[in-house]
Parts: sequence; C-alpha cells; structure tokens
Amino acid sequence: MRVVLSNSAGVPLYQQIKDQVGTAILAGELAEGSALPSVRALARDLRISIITTTRAYAELAAEGFIATVPGKGAYVLPLDSALVREQLLRRVEDGLQTALDAALRAGLDREGLIQILDGLIQAEHEYASAQEGMSR
Amino acid sequence: MTGDLAFALRGVGCVVGNGFALRDVSFELPTGYVMGLIGANGAGKTTTIRCLLGMQGIESGEIELLGHRVPGPVALRQDVGVVLDHTYLVGDWRLSEVERTLRPFYDRWDAVRYRQLLEEFGLDLRAKVKDLSRGMGMKLMIAVALSHRARLLVFDEPTSGLDPVARDELVGIIGDFLLDEGHSVLFSTHITADLDRIGDYVTLIHGGRIVRTGSKDEILDAYRVVRGGPDELRDLVGVELIGVKESSSGAQALVRTEEADFLGGGVLVEVPTLEEIAVHIGLSSRKPAAGVPDGRREEFA
Repeated sequence: MRVVLSNSAGVPLYQQIKDQVGTAILAGELAEGSALPSVRALARDLRISIITTTRAYAELAAEGFIATVPGKGAYVLPLDSALVREQLLRRVEDGLQTALDAALRAGLDREGLIQILDGLIQAEHEYASAQEGMSR
Repeated sequence: MTGDLAFALRGVGCVVGNGFALRDVSFELPTGYVMGLIGANGAGKTTTIRCLLGMQGIESGEIELLGHRVPGPVALRQDVGVVLDHTYLVGDWRLSEVERTLRPFYDRWDAVRYRQLLEEFGLDLRAKVKDLSRGMGMKLMIAVALSHRARLLVFDEPTSGLDPVARDELVGIIGDFLLDEGHSVLFSTHITADLDRIGDYVTLIHGGRIVRTGSKDEILDAYRVVRGGPDELRDLVGVELIGVKESSSGAQALVRTEEADFLGGGVLVEVPTLEEIAVHIGLSSRKPAAGVPDGRREEFA
C-alpha cells in the first residue's frame, strides 16, 4: 500500500490517507481481500498519531471500502459496484461544480460551457481511436 | 478504577519546596496512546510527572496509575519505564554491569531483549555509561525500560538536547512501542514540533495549572490565532486576547474559537499550530505578573 503524506497540502492527514487508499482501491491497485497494515503499524510507519490513522480507517470502513479486525488489521472489501458508481458520480459532480464556478467568473454562458465539454469529449474520442490505431 | 486508563490525575494539588505549587491538576490518558505534556520552563511539567510516579507527595486529589491508586504497590514500578533528562545510572558502570545491577529488581527482566535492543540502538555492552552521548544515554534508559517490559513509558523532556536525527529515531522507537495496544506513552516537552505529528493527546500546563487537555485535534480546534494592524486588536468587546504580541507593524494574539466570530472583518484569523498556542499561553501570564515578586508569580497565572 502506497501512502505519501504532504505537510503543506492544507488537507488534514487523515483525509490524505483516506483519499489515497480509497483511490487505490477504486483503481484496482489494492485488490479485494488485500491486507492493509494495522492502524498502529501505519501510524508508526507514517510517524503520525494513532488517532489520525484510526479516523482514516474508520471512515474508509464506513464507506464500505475496508473492514477492520480489532487487534489485527484491515482488509479490502469486494468493490460494491453501486458504491463505486456513487463515488464516481460524486467526483463528476465535484468536477463540474469546479468548472461551473470558473465559468461564472469568466462570464461563460451555458452554450459556451457545453461547447467546451463537447470539445473535450471529441478530443477524448480521437485520442482513443488513435490509441487503437497504434495497437493494431 | 477503570482499566482502560493508563493514568489519571484528579484535582491534584501539591506544594514543592521553593513555593511553587500545582493546583487542581486533572487530566487522563486512555491506554494505548501518546500524550504530550506541554509547558514553558517552570510551568510544572516535571513536578506533575514526579507526582504521577509517586516521587512527590500530594496534598489533595488522587492519582491512578495503571489501575492502581498512587502510591501503589511496589510491583507497579515494574510496569512503568521512566526516562529522565539525565541518567540515574552510575557513570563508571559498563552497560553489561547496568544489566547485572538492575536485573534483580525486575521479575520480568528479559536479558535477550536487552542485548537485542542495545544492538539495535548501536550501543556497546562494554561501553561505560559516562562515555555515552546524550542521545545514547537516552536510548540506554529506553532499552532498560523495554527490557523489564514496562507498559507505560514516561519521558521527561526527552528531546531537549537531542539532534534532529536522534529525535527522529525516538519517534520511531515510540511508534514501535505502541504497536502493542496495551502500551502508552507520556512525554513532557517544550518543543512542540515533536508532538505535532505523533501526539494523540495534549495537555497544556501553565503556572502549575492545566490550561487545557484533550485530543490534539480538539486543542487545535479550540483556539484561533489572529493577526492585525497595530490598533486593530484593541478595545474588542466579547473577545479575550491571550498573550498579545505587539510590534510597530501589527499585533498577534490567540483567541478562543467561539469568540473569533466577534472579531472585525479586517483581521486575519487562522488555525494555530501547537507552537503558537504554547507561545501565547506562555506569554499570557507574564504581563500581569510584571512587578510582582518572583516567588508569587503563579498566584497571578
């Protein structure tokens, strides 16, 4: 398991752990059933407080990513596809909100916004077909 | 007496020889965690630790240590490892003699572990105590504490006088010790950077009284640091400024979070670091104490 903490990110340490482990699970880097270090071992390795790692694991467990075994450690739960979709939808929403905020400041209207989005989708398609062409 | 507390002090008061006193000192540490006791020099950190360990009698209140009331049974000593800022071992002893001398006092002395730890810490059995550096001496005391299977480690100012590498090693040693959830650590310090990351709980002590105790996040949430121009922090209503620092270009102080809303929009309000909290609380009582005879300062804290 890879966790890299930033001291200057302005994001709380527990949140950084949670985000990184959650992302690794969603990306399939941490497979179902993989063992995670115990709360105490992770605190020692990252040199942070036990309360911080406990909180990160508790939130990951509450969101259905991992199960914790008292006194042992934690392991990755099978990915619930509904949960994954939920998480991804939330990310889409967050991303669009950020785009919308910037658009308002730039004085961009609905048309302009959709144009940009269409452009991005178009570019994505072209990139995908180019990749396909290369692998052939 | 609850078994899930490493220790608890409840309403402890005591007077030491030079007129310094602890008043109504109460705080506790759940088993399995690290607590930092933060305060300036002379705030009462060492006196508090001496009371907790039964080395100093108390006049009021009660102290619980690993499920026993202090002063507890002699066997309680086996469960507590104490690392002081100076070594209590005889300078001429070699590290092998340290073991031979201390071993009879402990039922659970583990000779294999002692040797392993010395090796791990890079200490030579043939070296003499007096020839050890500050960091090496501390590691020796830790090795002794771990060899008699202490469940609670108490450090008095462990990091003062240690270089950054040795401080970092200490953090690693504490982390290893805490892998066992029955183990707990208390350390006193005036260097808050050590605590910013590994501390679970923090107790702020000042002038012999507890200013605040709780989880580190609670303490950080309880205060805000405010900065403003030279006149912006004057004549505020409903806000108590703690330890104001003034200069020609501006002023800085600590406020309680719930009072931060009463500040005007012009000042900068930020989440403090433990260091800023410690500095402002340290400053807060110096001002009213100006002109007061030395020995009575704590009366005005």
